[in-house]
Amino acid sequence: MIRKLFENFGIAEILLVLSVLILVIVVAVPILLILWTALFVNGSLNTRDILKTLSEPETYMALKNSLIIAAGVTFFSTIAGVFFAWLVARTDLPFKETMRVLFLIPFMLPPFIGALAWKMLLSPRAGYINKFLSDLFGLDGSLFNIYSLSGIIAVETMYLFPFVFLQVAGALERMDPTLEESARISGAGLLTITRKITLPLMTPSVAAGALLVALYSLAHFGVPAILGTERGIYNIPTKIYEQIYQSGGSFGSIRTATILSSILLIAAGLILYLQNLVLKAGRFQVIAGKSMRPMLLKLRGLRIPLLLFSILYIFITVILPTATIFLVGSLKTYGISFTMENMSLANLKYIFFEWKMTKDAIWNSLYLALGAAFVTMITGTLISYSIVKIKVRGRFILEFLGLLPFSVPGTVIAIGVILMWSGKFGINLYNTAWIIFIAYIARYMAFSLKSNSAALEQVSDSLEEAARASGATHWQSLKDIVIPLIKPGMVAAFFLVFLPALRELTTSILLYGPKTRTIGVAIYALNEDGETVYAATLASVALVIIIIGQIVIKRVTRSRIEGI
Amino acid sequence: MANVSLEKVSKTYGRHQVIPELSITIRDGECFTFLGPSGCGKTVILRLIAGFERLTAGEIFIGDRLVSSVEKDVFLPPEARKIGVVFQDYAVWPHKTAYENVAYPLQMQKIPSAEAKERTLAAIEQVNLGSLENRLPFQLSGGQQQRVALARALVSRPEIMLLDEPLSNLDANLREEMRFEITALRKQTGVTILYVTHDQEVALAISDRIAVMDKTGRIRQIGPPDDIYEKPVNPFIFKFMGVSNFIPLEYRDGQVFIAEGDSPLSYSLPEGVLDRIRRHELIAGCRPYDIELTHDDSSPTRGIIKRVIFLGSTIDYRVALGAQEIRVQQDVRDAGQGGIPFRDGDSVGLNFLNLKWFENRDLNEEVES
Amino acid sequence: MSHVKLQDVTKRFGPVVAVNRLSIEIPQGECFSMLGPSGCGKTTTLRMVAGFEDLDEGEISVGGKIFSSSFKKYYLPPEKRDFGMVFQAFAVWPHLNVFNNVAFPLQIRKMPKAEIEERTRRAITYTGLSGSEETYPNELSSGQKQRIALARAIAINPTVMLLDEPLSNLDPKLREEMRFEIKDLQRKFGFTIIYVTHDQAEAMALSDRILVMSEGNVQQIDTPLNIYHKPANKFVFSFIGLSNFLPVEIADNAVYIEGQRDAGSLNVALPSRTQERRLILATRPFEIDIVREGGVRGTVKRVTYLGDVVDYRAMIGNVEVRIQKNRIKEILREGQPCGLKFNRILWYEHQP
Repeated sequence: MIRKLFENFGIAEILLVLSVLILVIVVAVPILLILWTALFVNGSLNTRDILKTLSEPETYMALKNSLIIAAGVTFFSTIAGVFFAWLVARTDLPFKETMRVLFLIPFMLPPFIGALAWKMLLSPRAGYINKFLSDLFGLDGSLFNIYSLSGIIAVETMYLFPFVFLQVAGALERMDPTLEESARISGAGLLTITRKITLPLMTPSVAAGALLVALYSLAHFGVPAILGTERGIYNIPTKIYEQIYQSGGSFGSIRTATILSSILLIAAGLILYLQNLVLKAGRFQVIAGKSMRPMLLKLRGLRIPLLLFSILYIFITVILPTATIFLVGSLKTYGISFTMENMSLANLKYIFFEWKMTKDAIWNSLYLALGAAFVTMITGTLISYSIVKIKVRGRFILEFLGLLPFSVPGTVIAIGVILMWSGKFGINLYNTAWIIFIAYIARYMAFSLKSNSAALEQVSDSLEEAARASGATHWQSLKDIVIPLIKPGMVAAFFLVFLPALRELTTSILLYGPKTRTIGVAIYALNEDGETVYAATLASVALVIIIIGQIVIKRVTRSRIEGI
Repeated sequence: MANVSLEKVSKTYGRHQVIPELSITIRDGECFTFLGPSGCGKTVILRLIAGFERLTAGEIFIGDRLVSSVEKDVFLPPEARKIGVVFQDYAVWPHKTAYENVAYPLQMQKIPSAEAKERTLAAIEQVNLGSLENRLPFQLSGGQQQRVALARALVSRPEIMLLDEPLSNLDANLREEMRFEITALRKQTGVTILYVTHDQEVALAISDRIAVMDKTGRIRQIGPPDDIYEKPVNPFIFKFMGVSNFIPLEYRDGQVFIAEGDSPLSYSLPEGVLDRIRRHELIAGCRPYDIELTHDDSSPTRGIIKRVIFLGSTIDYRVALGAQEIRVQQDVRDAGQGGIPFRDGDSVGLNFLNLKWFENRDLNEEVES
Repeated sequence: MSHVKLQDVTKRFGPVVAVNRLSIEIPQGECFSMLGPSGCGKTTTLRMVAGFEDLDEGEISVGGKIFSSSFKKYYLPPEKRDFGMVFQAFAVWPHLNVFNNVAFPLQIRKMPKAEIEERTRRAITYTGLSGSEETYPNELSSGQKQRIALARAIAINPTVMLLDEPLSNLDPKLREEMRFEIKDLQRKFGFTIIYVTHDQAEAMALSDRILVMSEGNVQQIDTPLNIYHKPANKFVFSFIGLSNFLPVEIADNAVYIEGQRDAGSLNVALPSRTQERRLILATRPFEIDIVREGGVRGTVKRVTYLGDVVDYRAMIGNVEVRIQKNRIKEILREGQPCGLKFNRILWYEHQP
């Protein structure tokens, strides 16, 4: 009977059905459930609760802060991103290639670990830098207070600006140089060209990068949690966490959380809409065919100063925090000075081999990340194939569903997953590792889809058809032709999910149980409990794992390219 | 090795009928070309025969096997049709060597390895790729990749070969070479070839018969190359096959004149044409090199040179004749001693050597792709 | 006095000499093409004239005014050179509509608004774009985009127009049409054109004079007619049109295909200036008669019917000769014996 099924419905149809099922269950239902729970209670419109939540000053405050932070981070990230992209792509800055790589390092640091470091450096009384400056200048109070909206904005900007940098630098490098040359021959000097030609043409890339920053910041839990909650500064994700945590996970709090989540969803939707408006104003194809060198601005006297400035920037945003984490993590007790006697590797040994809580956290994260990466890799391939290759009319729905999680905040996904898998449909996974697993799949499916779709689109239809004409069945052509060719894309998808899943906090903070902490949760919990040193130690471990992971990716993806 | 029959075949996408009812038989061992502008549906026909698309109506036979039928609910998938296909982008698998590419069809047929090896190497020799079989496609040039595709299509000894514009991505010299190789291979193996292209030069060079299609998917004429070229049945085909002039004529005072002009036409008209010119039914078509230009008064038909373009082996003139501008081409040898006998503004006499006659009402068809 | 003058212009990229001591003088109003295969240095030369590259040696002057000079260590940047330029990939700005694209060079020069308006509309009319002023480039076809580029270039009424393979990205029919449009614009405005192309038919059709280049060196500068009929060397001969290069030997005061004396002697006059016994005879496929009786004997190897011409490959022993005949003439078949009679020929040295 299975055979008959296969005969009547070809591989194509089966893949399609599977894809739809997966996406609906994993992505669509959780989000719909949130909206449903927020809007309806026992079948009727829940206006009472909605209004109550909306009218609470705390809600209003959280929303306001969310928007202020997102706006501030977007603004400053855009400036930093465009400036450094310009420096690297369009000037004769020395050591450009190295700087280009260095500017991408902030990507590797989880922002909340950065927040942790900055807390150690700039907290009002105990912060190292504050203490140093106060001693130096003989001040009474401290110069900087990291526990503020501006502190949150500053830290998030440091680690999010690479989104804009990457987009703009890429676009500048790929832009057709004759667009600027024709302006030159028309009589325009460099400044005029930049103003009237280059910058307007960069708008789509800037918008794309800014959008990513805005959405990320809006949905971000870690930095506001570490730097804001203490002073009562909440954004929506931290507010949601506070609600649920304080009430011990009561259903009432979950309902409130859904209302707040819906607000978050609407805000995200608005940002997407705005970006669409900006993009519609100029859909440009500016990529060059021939590769010719673009015009470079000669910095002359500013060369060295700007180089130093860039290096300083990297030092402050990357090296300083990382060093702090590692150094503090090896202190015997927090607050004592950094001398050789006061530091040891004992902490490392403790959290890695002895303390169950941290040991479990490390292994949990590794398993969850590996599992999620593997599952999303396989299902991502499946679904991408359905979207790219199977010419069915409804595939836009698949595409939409697949890419939706990109814009949905991790918090919202967590809530949705709670709603769906806490007994509603007979399965209760709450407080188990499985619920985190499912949340990861929902959250990161989009990454896998993008990577696999890109790889699949490189495999032209005629390659499969040539196999069919050579006598291969559809299945054989998949096995012999398609899969070998998309392997690099699949591997890339794997790592694209593994690393972010390993270090994330926003989603697992709402889903963890006593035995299912992730690394992020453990670091956060240690920080909350005042165990600053251990938090730093665990953070150092996380950083090391991340760095090793990045190196492995580079190795693997590079050798794949050379191999093919 | 087999003929191909299409009976009342049609294909519709949504509400757009790409192939209106088509019935045609391609003979065993012939090289048959579907020629037409882009979007005319010629590739769709190929894909229907290959089995990459399904019929909306009708039946397709390869040899005496029914491979596709809507009425009888028959559909043989491509892998079962015993065909060889060569694609426009070669479709050579980048992760397999040339040898592995060519050997794949035999692998699918589960041919024992000794025989498979022998046949693969023979096919590679046949397309002149010997010594390159262990290279990967990125190490081969476009022409070499195309030959891998050819060998792969031939190695399984298919009954028919389907070629979809395989030469358009090659440079002019290579295109000529490959045209010849395809014809030579066909003669050696006797395989039936279905060729699809928009390039009329290729079609003329390799085909036994050509079917010229228009943008609506209809076939306007089928015949051997010189029939299509010398005896086009309508202006569309005349225009498509090469540079063309259309000369409207009118009948006044007992003579045929160039329309809207003073020049009479000096040409011996075939039977019945004169009457039809009188009734405004016909228009004359003429190729640029079928017109002679003279300085002297030997021809009553007069025109004025508007532009002279020297193209090396030919000289291209734009001549104002009546209300329009026609193109005349002159062999540089006939022009005499390497000079250019006519200049801008010269008044010239025109002698028409070979006029074709078309219905006036057929004239306004779009041929542009 | 010549309008555009290049004197011993040289450009190197590392060890490679891209342009080698190029000297040209172009009079006002001439359409001058630089023709050659890719990498021959023609685009580099144009970019040096435009000012996007600086020369290593030599001098470029326009209208008596020096633009680049290694002797005087002078270099005028492109924005001050007042050229009109058209690029291969159109380089039309997607975020500006047609009017603003064309008006841009005028706006940069801060002309009075009324004058900008008038000149822009005029340029748009002359390039056939009237009515499209408000449209954006991505709504237009390639041909129209190229016309925008042309309009923008002529808007400032330049004395010299630089065109860098402007028609290569257009389809063949459009290419022919636009050639005429460019020529018409030249007639109307009277500017000098420096045109770069790899398409010899295009160069022949457009130019008053052609410079054929190869690997940075000038091969020949002459009118299209002369380049076709009196090519300076083998490279020029083979680049401009189809060619046969036949190895021949001279014996007993007659010319034979090398190693094929049995085939009979060629009906050509002996070259006068050389004592060589072995030479290369160059001839165009159209200049050979293929006949049944007489001539140098060979066999028809391949016949290809192309509609307006028939292409023959004939073998004289192991030497392949390409002949093209107008289809009206007699058609021979593959395998049949044939004879070749040569008309216009050129002699070249036999190089190993």
